[in-house]
Amino acid sequence: MITYEFLQQYWWFIMSLLGGLLVFLLFVQGGQSMLGSLSRKEDEKKLLINALGRKWEYTFTTLVTFGGAFFASFPLFYSTSFGGAYWAWMILLFCFVLQAVSYEFQSKPGNIFGPRVYRTFLFLNGVLGTFLLGVLVATFFTGSDFTVGKGNIAGLGISGAVISQWQNPLHGLESLANLRNLCLGFAVLFLARTLASLFFVNRLRHEVLENRSRKFVLYNGVPFLLFFLVFLIWTLFDVGYAVDPVTRAVSLEKMKYLHNFMDMPWIMVLFILGVVAVLYGTFKTVFSPQFKKGIWFAGAGTIVTVTMLLLITGYNNTAYYPSSTDLQSSLTLGNSSSSEFTLTAMAVVSLFVPVVIGYIIYAWSALEKKRLGMEELNTDGNAY
Amino acid sequence: MDLLSISAVNWARAQFALTAGYHWIFVPLTIGLGLIMAIMESIYVKTGDEKWKQTTRFWQKIFGINFAIGVATGIILEFQFGTNWSNYSWFVGDIFGAPLAIEGIVAFFLEATFISVMFFGWNRVSKKAHLASTWLVFVGATLSAFWILVANAWMQYPVGMEFNPNTVRNEMVDFWAVVLSPVAYNKFLHAVFSCWAVGASFVAGVSGWYLLKKRHTEFAIQSLRIAALVGLVGFVMLAVTGDGSAYQVAQKQPMKLAAMEGLYEGKEGAGLSAFGILNPNKTAYNDEVKPYILNVEIPKLLSFLAYRDPNAFVPGVKDIIDGGYALPDGTTALSFEERKVRGEIAIQALADQMVARKDGRVDEVASHEAILKDNYAHFGYGYLETGEDLIPDIPLTYYSFHLMVMIGIFFILLFTVVLYYLYRKKMSSTRWLQYVALWSIPLSFIATQLGWIVAEVGRQPWTIQDILPVQISASAVSAGNIITTFILFALIFTGLLAAEATIMVKQIKKGPAPLSSEHQPEQ
Repeated sequence: MITYEFLQQYWWFIMSLLGGLLVFLLFVQGGQSMLGSLSRKEDEKKLLINALGRKWEYTFTTLVTFGGAFFASFPLFYSTSFGGAYWAWMILLFCFVLQAVSYEFQSKPGNIFGPRVYRTFLFLNGVLGTFLLGVLVATFFTGSDFTVGKGNIAGLGISGAVISQWQNPLHGLESLANLRNLCLGFAVLFLARTLASLFFVNRLRHEVLENRSRKFVLYNGVPFLLFFLVFLIWTLFDVGYAVDPVTRAVSLEKMKYLHNFMDMPWIMVLFILGVVAVLYGTFKTVFSPQFKKGIWFAGAGTIVTVTMLLLITGYNNTAYYPSSTDLQSSLTLGNSSSSEFTLTAMAVVSLFVPVVIGYIIYAWSALEKKRLGMEELNTDGNAY
Repeated sequence: MDLLSISAVNWARAQFALTAGYHWIFVPLTIGLGLIMAIMESIYVKTGDEKWKQTTRFWQKIFGINFAIGVATGIILEFQFGTNWSNYSWFVGDIFGAPLAIEGIVAFFLEATFISVMFFGWNRVSKKAHLASTWLVFVGATLSAFWILVANAWMQYPVGMEFNPNTVRNEMVDFWAVVLSPVAYNKFLHAVFSCWAVGASFVAGVSGWYLLKKRHTEFAIQSLRIAALVGLVGFVMLAVTGDGSAYQVAQKQPMKLAAMEGLYEGKEGAGLSAFGILNPNKTAYNDEVKPYILNVEIPKLLSFLAYRDPNAFVPGVKDIIDGGYALPDGTTALSFEERKVRGEIAIQALADQMVARKDGRVDEVASHEAILKDNYAHFGYGYLETGEDLIPDIPLTYYSFHLMVMIGIFFILLFTVVLYYLYRKKMSSTRWLQYVALWSIPLSFIATQLGWIVAEVGRQPWTIQDILPVQISASAVSAGNIITTFILFALIFTGLLAAEATIMVKQIKKGPAPLSSEHQPEQ
């Protein structure tokens, strides 16, 4: 029986999955953040840029789809978070605007600003894009300063007609003052760099870069693990935002997210398996010189881990976008989703997703039959 | 009640106009070039003639440069609904979000996936698979436009929804009414043909330049043949779909039509203003000043185009504000003041319903809901102050509309002449026509921008026609914050546009790669 509640849970799963895919695809940004440090010569840099440049649209498109799907399924999040944490989102978007032109323009004659500027854009997108996304996702656990008053539009509010109002004048930048948010920000940054290193090991036919990438897996994998563990342990043992299943009132509950794992053991098991896959892909690549498939283990592990982590923010009577200013303004799957009709219509549309995944696999495999070396830059007919 | 600071709302509007305006420089060229290069590659695959491959690959290179900046400017637009129009996002997100999500899932992924096969797959996939990829890029871009225009059309003509007072938002009740709304498909066709027109005029202009310089003449003539055909079809279809769009405007947004025509006083058998100069001394809709200094009018044509009846009554600005005229369905139009009262009743009924529900006065809830339902069609009017608030910027709408139409007519003539000269094999020796083609490039871009000005300025003050005005749609973000992001966007987009233009000029000056070096990397 497909109920309204089931559809809300289904769509939270889709959003979580898209979030997991997005974090995996941030390997492009991770790679951009180490163009300068991983390569020593111009031709090495060119190879890295071309390897990433064939994949950047996937990350970009997933981000756009993530935004559109959030709008369609949980519009109150869209209006509250984007309209409130204005600066955090705007800076994130600026980074992606700069990225979108940088691959195509950086080596073209007449690009006005020169290749260094475009590569700096790629670096900025690589560092800020991943870090800020991590910080913003962390607020799903730590809370934000906003209020929601649906009656405001009918004149029932005391501070104007806007339904969702951010209470901090820094409009999202205040989330940078929370240590736990920063931990997840750094964890995502180092995870993206780890995944990028694994991607280079897998994709490049260039011994020097491959060997250097293996070392970078370790250099980035260890800080990722540290930041992630601090965030995880802190989150599991700190308070979380619980929703009363009867009254729908939101309250603080000690170790709420740990309880969510215990109450939903299948999520906990998948989460642990995801983490193990990330660690296996990472450290097997470091210690086995012939092992090149680390990206697939770590990538799949990332998708599963992030998906499960996002699921526990919304499932099991939890407020997925909590308000630290006014607990009752917190967003839950129930109070922020689209109508049953729209969620149903969109659920039908989501059946297209396997088709999309199918042609992405086709295109990816068609282009990646051969590993990428300097020679391919000359024979593929197009190079950045 | 407090409305948002007018300054913040205007800056939010300016920011949206800036980003949408920039985005729409690149999108039409992407879609138009997408079609042209897909046709060229089809000819290559069918004939095996390497010259067509060379031609295809040159335009593909130009396409790539343009595509990147189109993507860059597009991402901001989607998220801006949330960042700058947060009330709007909740109030209608249940309907409006769906097309945006479908665009991402169904269209954008298609485009983004096959674009990499198109660029990097020449030597990695079969000829036919590559051709299919090129067509899929065009199909993806067109589908993307479709879903965005469905969303935009819904704002202009909200259908398939009901207001739910318990959630304080509009909710979708009929998906197909939203997708197949007559405003949506007219708008989609009009916008897509404008893309064909822009792509064609760009290719024709660049080809004209090669002919003027007597370089790559065979390539230029090949390109021109395709461009002229696509261009003529595009511009003729623009006239047809423009008529369809204007007809929809007459039925659903009569104030926009009045602004497009500078029509202050309605009349039966209204003529169409073919060319006119508005009177700058006319400062109020109800003063006695004449609206025109000069007006060349085609008798009865406006009535005919708007209602398919040469003697039909077309309401002017004053009629729409004062009401009292007979509507096509036989009812009498309400005045602004009447609609404002009913809008205020609707807003109050919503407030009363919410309070009654909160206080547990269940028996009162239904009666407030009934009042709300009876008056909901006028909901947005309750937020407006005077009848003047209903009037969009008439000079901007009027001149934009007329200039757009003139440019369209000019291009129909131009492409007809170009095709004639191509048929007579005189194109490469007719320098005046090559000059005209070259210098006409900016005109098509200007025309598409003007089209959007008509569509968006002409529908002010509404974000959702009759339901939600702009001043109640925005986020609670101060003008200072928006001004800062506005300046950042303006600087970045202008810088990137300049870079794109100079890269393109360099690539065009370089010309297509010689046939023998096709496997060389292209920069």
